Amino acid sequence: MLSTLASMLPATLAAPLAGGGGGPVDDGPVAAAIKHAANWLTEPTRYSVASILALIGVLYFRRFFAKVWVVTAFFVFSTAFFVFAFQDPNFNSIITKPDNVPIIILFATVVFFSWLSLRRAVINDERTKRGEPTLEGELAKQKVFTWPDLVYSELICIVLFTAAMLVWSILITAPIEEPAATARTPNPSKAPWYFLGLQELLVYFDPWIAGVILPSFIIVGLCAIPYIDTNPKGNGYYTFEERPFAISFFWVGFLLFWVSFVILGTFLRGPNWSFFGPFEYWDLHKLEPMVNVDLATWVWVDMLDKPRPIDPFVREAPGIVLMVGYFLVLPPLLGKTVMRKMVADMGMIRFNVFMHLFLWFVLIPIKMGLRWTVNLKYFIGMPEYFFNV
Amino acid sequence: MQKLFKYVRESQIWKSVFRHGYPDTPRNRTLAVLSNVFLHLHPVKVRRSGIRLSYTWCMGGLTFFLFLILTLTGLLLMFYYRPTADRAYEDIFALREHVPIGVMREMHRWGAHLMVISVWLHMYRVFLTGSYKPPREFNWNVGVILLVLTLLLSFTGYLLPWDQLAVWAITVGTNMARATPLLGHEGPLASALSFGGIDFIHAGDDVRFGLLAGRFVGEGALLRFYVLHCVGFPLIAATLMAVHFWRVRKDGGISGPL
Repeated sequence: MLSTLASMLPATLAAPLAGGGGGPVDDGPVAAAIKHAANWLTEPTRYSVASILALIGVLYFRRFFAKVWVVTAFFVFSTAFFVFAFQDPNFNSIITKPDNVPIIILFATVVFFSWLSLRRAVINDERTKRGEPTLEGELAKQKVFTWPDLVYSELICIVLFTAAMLVWSILITAPIEEPAATARTPNPSKAPWYFLGLQELLVYFDPWIAGVILPSFIIVGLCAIPYIDTNPKGNGYYTFEERPFAISFFWVGFLLFWVSFVILGTFLRGPNWSFFGPFEYWDLHKLEPMVNVDLATWVWVDMLDKPRPIDPFVREAPGIVLMVGYFLVLPPLLGKTVMRKMVADMGMIRFNVFMHLFLWFVLIPIKMGLRWTVNLKYFIGMPEYFFNV
Repeated sequence: MQKLFKYVRESQIWKSVFRHGYPDTPRNRTLAVLSNVFLHLHPVKVRRSGIRLSYTWCMGGLTFFLFLILTLTGLLLMFYYRPTADRAYEDIFALREHVPIGVMREMHRWGAHLMVISVWLHMYRVFLTGSYKPPREFNWNVGVILLVLTLLLSFTGYLLPWDQLAVWAITVGTNMARATPLLGHEGPLASALSFGGIDFIHAGDDVRFGLLAGRFVGEGALLRFYVLHCVGFPLIAATLMAVHFWRVRKDGGISGPL
């Protein structure tokens, strides 16, 4: 039965694109209300704000969220929602795409492992407070033979994993679409799924930032982590209270800006990279109003009531001043005032490297927030030099 | 039966392969690990805390195992695949149409997706347990490069089926390279490299052209990606994996409280 289901998948997938399936669905009032709420809540602005609030909430009330029944309830609820949503043709057509199965796995494993790490961190922090050794510390003194203790568990993992891979591979056939045609651009055109977080950032930044600068800084930033983080605590065991900033920062960076944006890009971005709720029909003609305004227009036209100057450097002076201030004046200013202790702890070089990476990271939520609230397009908009920030 | 086992165990052939007795004594358990080149990646003894599944999540090991699965299935797929614009799609299609219960391409595709996930989770675990802290800073860096290589392996493999999904995903992905500062023809400062009205950076010689061996995703890109996918990146990744595992041993063993 499952293999017939699998063979039907390409058809269900192609249907909404061909304009056949999908479209409005006749639901009862409760189902319609749930779907409406889900569509409303997943709109990118609310999705991002709600995710940030959820992350802060989970970390702050970590003692509650580390309980076993909480994560069980979450997974039961998610499964129930999934079963409910599966009935909807629009949701079904995107979720049953064979290549999207890994995204579901990504979601489930990331949630589970985040919970697991949080649970162990909470237990360890409580133990440390009571003056007891951590879970890991207690066992670390004991050494066991690699054969059989480690080799056997590796073997069991390999066997179970191979079996699961075989079952998955037999049940779901790897898809192949129509042959390549450089003249026919599919809509939407998406990058491979693991780059969809970066493609999502293209909504807010130009390709040279979202596609070149930010990925480079992610790699450089990851490499720099062990040299920037001078906190000697938390080496080899789970903890939150001994390194609250590091853990929170990584949660926001990895869970929110990477994993959750991959999920957003896969399931909620349709033709023309327009946003579509999980129960919304992927309408090719959905238009989003283009009302974004450059900072230059704002300053010259709206505030000073003048035409935009011709010379790009004069025109963009406000944005250039702002960016120079942000990247070059802000770090020493903070270092001299509120972050003086940090500079003393880390040293000048570490502090400056950290601040610049951090400011690039923070620029993302700043730009997103300004886009949502005041429709800002660019701080600096110089299409003459392909230089838009 | 017992006799037969005993006979086999005491034969010259068996003894030439396994140079120790059944690993149920400390001496033989040590020898089982030390005398085997593959098991020798492990130390003889490990911290009990470090091998708990709820601690390690097994993601690094799984990533390595997926690399092995992908190498094996990839090797088999190479027998049936020709990386040319008019053959590639047909070969993949034929694989699906002509091989009943063929799972090699499926294993390869789903395994590739999973490897990206498992390598992310491995990094996540290493971060959360602070296992990048001294003395493991260098190995964290090797790991970051391996993570990037995993993505590059997946990205180059994405193109090979030569269907609409493949070509357009690579087009979208490599379009970014156009905007590289200085070196992309639509990037900031590219126009600065223009002397006497002649542009030194244009669509025919920028970074994207170098990646794709052309102005768009065509036959040149297919061959380039194929070679990198099957030979180039796996060789680099395998080398760095050796360094990665070696340094795990040298930098204080598997992760745990110091």
